Amino acid sequence: MIYRENGQFKTSYAADQQIFPIVQDRWAMLLLLVVAFVGVPLLSSEYLFRAIFIPFLILSLAAIGVNLLVGYCGQITLGAGAFMAVGAYAAYNFSIRIDGMPLLGALLLGGLSAAAMGIVFGAPSLRVRGLYLAMATLAAQFFWDWAFLRIKWFTNDAPSGSVSISHLQVMGWPIESPVEKYLFCLTLLAVFALAAKNLTRSSIGRQWMAIRDMDVAAEVIGIRPMFAKLSAFAVSSFYVGVAGALWGFVHLSSWEPAAFSVDRSFQLLFMVIIGGMGSIMGSFFGAAFIVVLPIFLNQMLPWLGELVGLSISTAAVSHAEFMIFGALIVFFLIVEPHGIARLWSTGKEKLRLWPFPH
Amino acid sequence: MMGERVIGDVILDLRNISLAFGGVKALTEISFDVREHEIRAIIGPNGAGKSSMLNVISGVYRPQQGEIVFHGEHFARMNSYKAAKAGIARTFQNIALFKGMSVLDNIMTGRTLMMKANLLQQAFWWGPARREELAHRAKVEEIIDFLEIQHIRKTPVGRLPYGLQKRVDLGRALAMEPRILLLDEPMAGMNVEEKQDMSRFILDVNDQMGTTIVLIEHDMGVVMDISDRVVVLDYGKKIGDGSPDAVRANPEVIQAYLGASH
Ligand SMILES: Nc1ncnc2c1ncn2[C@@H]1O[C@H](COP(=O)(O)OP(=O)(O)OP(=O)(O)O)[C@@H](O)[C@H]1O
Ligand SMILES: [Mg+2]
Repeated sequence: MIYRENGQFKTSYAADQQIFPIVQDRWAMLLLLVVAFVGVPLLSSEYLFRAIFIPFLILSLAAIGVNLLVGYCGQITLGAGAFMAVGAYAAYNFSIRIDGMPLLGALLLGGLSAAAMGIVFGAPSLRVRGLYLAMATLAAQFFWDWAFLRIKWFTNDAPSGSVSISHLQVMGWPIESPVEKYLFCLTLLAVFALAAKNLTRSSIGRQWMAIRDMDVAAEVIGIRPMFAKLSAFAVSSFYVGVAGALWGFVHLSSWEPAAFSVDRSFQLLFMVIIGGMGSIMGSFFGAAFIVVLPIFLNQMLPWLGELVGLSISTAAVSHAEFMIFGALIVFFLIVEPHGIARLWSTGKEKLRLWPFPH
Repeated sequence: MMGERVIGDVILDLRNISLAFGGVKALTEISFDVREHEIRAIIGPNGAGKSSMLNVISGVYRPQQGEIVFHGEHFARMNSYKAAKAGIARTFQNIALFKGMSVLDNIMTGRTLMMKANLLQQAFWWGPARREELAHRAKVEEIIDFLEIQHIRKTPVGRLPYGLQKRVDLGRALAMEPRILLLDEPMAGMNVEEKQDMSRFILDVNDQMGTTIVLIEHDMGVVMDISDRVVVLDYGKKIGDGSPDAVRANPEVIQAYLGASH
């Protein structure tokens, strides 16, 4: 089938407002879901689940959260790691302190706690922007790093903030094996990604983008910057918080504050920049890229080295990783601020016109 | 000139407005009124304070002194939100569109105040949210048809030529279904044909929707053609106010425009 929208005339606004108005896109999406829900579980090894798929899913969720704030609402954050930590430790506290707290309940409450913190630490955005806001969110990062390390109540008196959680289950279904964990994360991600997409094409998403693009004009049509910015911080932090809770509960099982350090904050920001600011799909690209690149380099570089008779150490590989990330971020910031997602859509546009480029 | 239209009572009354930026007096004790359904022009040389006046009315700037009465409501301190709620819409001298959004989305933002679905409903495209989105989309499509921009509705506004961007800016303001529309040089930088189109849109809005219009414009031909009454500002002071003909004959106005006194 040729990728075309010719002949697909929309007869109603409802048809035109579907998430994927082009038939081929709908089929592609369906295929992707089938592969993700059926194909991957059938074909994957335990290693792939642990090393690639599960981290990819959870970080995609977090990247969507960061993208809602940074890409759609135009606010900067260097504190995403802290909001992951708040999500994880809040979910932990809810599940150990409240008897019979279901897993989903704990995850969502973790997300809501992060959302509340997002509003608190997002409040400076009403007064400052750019560098100053970056500093304010970085302060959130250092505050929570410190709090989870030093305030014993948060970690149930565990030394150095290291906690663990086990026997996960949802309504009697155990979430223990890698496949179960994968499917659990995938389901949540599918629902959250859909909700994010819906938000961005609704009134609230337009308000975020309006504030991002031209705040004076936004105010003049009745958009309140306070509502728009704080709702973006809240929703974004909710996503990041749920992702943090999943990272702790499902991916790591036991963790300490270092799992959510400032490195994590930067990593999430890089995903959004590389994947594409202001694009839900870009968040997936970014997460995939950042999860897969190190593994790819680990495998490829030593092998390439052998070909030319060099032995490449693991240290060299991780240096290479930093250099490649750095170069890519500079590249995307300067050349293509809309990231891989834009490259992808440009490619699709070309395909739509192919083979007649005019 | 404009046959059937009935000019109503005073809808907007500006009383003794003064605005300064540090030492710069942008507006000095300006008073004038705008009647319902009329087209009221504000003219004056560069830096006269015309845009500042619109910014005061739409709540972007806070005057140090004076009062705004709109539809019987007194505002000592207008702000953008109150102005939008009250039914005041505007366009900008330097187009202030949302660059990253499509034409359609830009105009849809004009409906924000009328959209009531909550966050969860929007997230799940749930009954009220979906219905609301469709109803407002239909309304926005009417505006798109009216402005003859159907062919670009999905185009990101950043890619549009200047003249079309001005049209989208007008569309976004119209989407608010305002009682009064403030236009800051809607025809600046346009060629003759584009100016004619824009004049026609402004007249149609005024005529068909009954919207009151306050218009800043440098092109005297246009001003004399379409406005009912004209206010003249110079160096932040009001130097003339009346019908186009009266204003044109006013010696102070002629002087300001010839630059003789400065
Ligand atoms: N935000 C601001 N800060 C400082 N000074 C300002 C500001 N806005 C306007 N001014 C000053 O106020 C005076 C009036 O400016 P305004 O933009 O209202 O003029 P204008 O009549 O719209 O001129 P133009 O025809 O060039 O658009 C000018 O001296 C301008 O420099
Ligand atoms: Mg001006």
